[in-house]
Amino acid sequence: MASALINVPERAKRGEVIEIKTLISHVMETGYRRTQLGAPIPRDIVRRFVCTYNGTEVFSADLHPAIAANPFIAFSTVAVESGTLTFQWTGDNGFSVTESARITVE
Amino acid sequence: MNRREFLRATGGLAAGIGALIAVEPASATPATMQDAIRKVVGSARVNPGRVKLDLPPLSENGNAVPLTVSVESAMSQADHVKAIHVFNEKNPQPDVVSFHLGPRAGRATVSTRIRLADTQTVVAIAELSDGSFWSARAAVVVTLAACLEDA
Repeated sequence: MASALINVPERAKRGEVIEIKTLISHVMETGYRRTQLGAPIPRDIVRRFVCTYNGTEVFSADLHPAIAANPFIAFSTVAVESGTLTFQWTGDNGFSVTESARITVE
Repeated sequence: MNRREFLRATGGLAAGIGALIAVEPASATPATMQDAIRKVVGSARVNPGRVKLDLPPLSENGNAVPLTVSVESAMSQADHVKAIHVFNEKNPQPDVVSFHLGPRAGRATVSTRIRLADTQTVVAIAELSDGSFWSARAAVVVTLAACLEDA
């Protein structure tokens, strides 16, 4: 099971811009490498990352093989209301991981 | 004018000229990257400036090169960054990543880690809500290339 690390501040002031850091463990196999016997290794990457804030999409990314293994993405969003931030990674071979984090906005 | 102001003024000028030259289609960038950029921007003009692309000038390991892109923008409903696209010249594929932002992002700064197969130039292009495109580029020297090793 893949595991994800998410760093979201637990509480923030209304209207504050918060930074969110995410990391997911994934090999991000490019599809361009070969085994020592010369057989190509098929591509296996995370293709898409989406962050939703109480159901509204606030950030997304389309990833290509040029993203390093264990994709790290840091971005920011405006703390508008208390609620849940949901993070979803989807990719090749049916890869799909969803994580969420609570934030309290005062 | 004191020393600091002088340096800022001349430094900005030099950077502007450098970027202008870089965006000329006649520059030596491989055609595949230009094609990939055209696919995203269409026939729109790509202006240099407003984008800051942070990459280490020298990277010992091309398998994970830290990259930060920030765009000067108010990030309001009327004026915000819609997307940031990153391209490279010499990897097997010219696309690196596309980030989709909106006014809810608050700040147009994104970081990630990328792979670079060779010493090359990386280009970041920001798409703004008014339909304009802005770009920045950075050259990276890579001593250990990604993508080539056997598994």
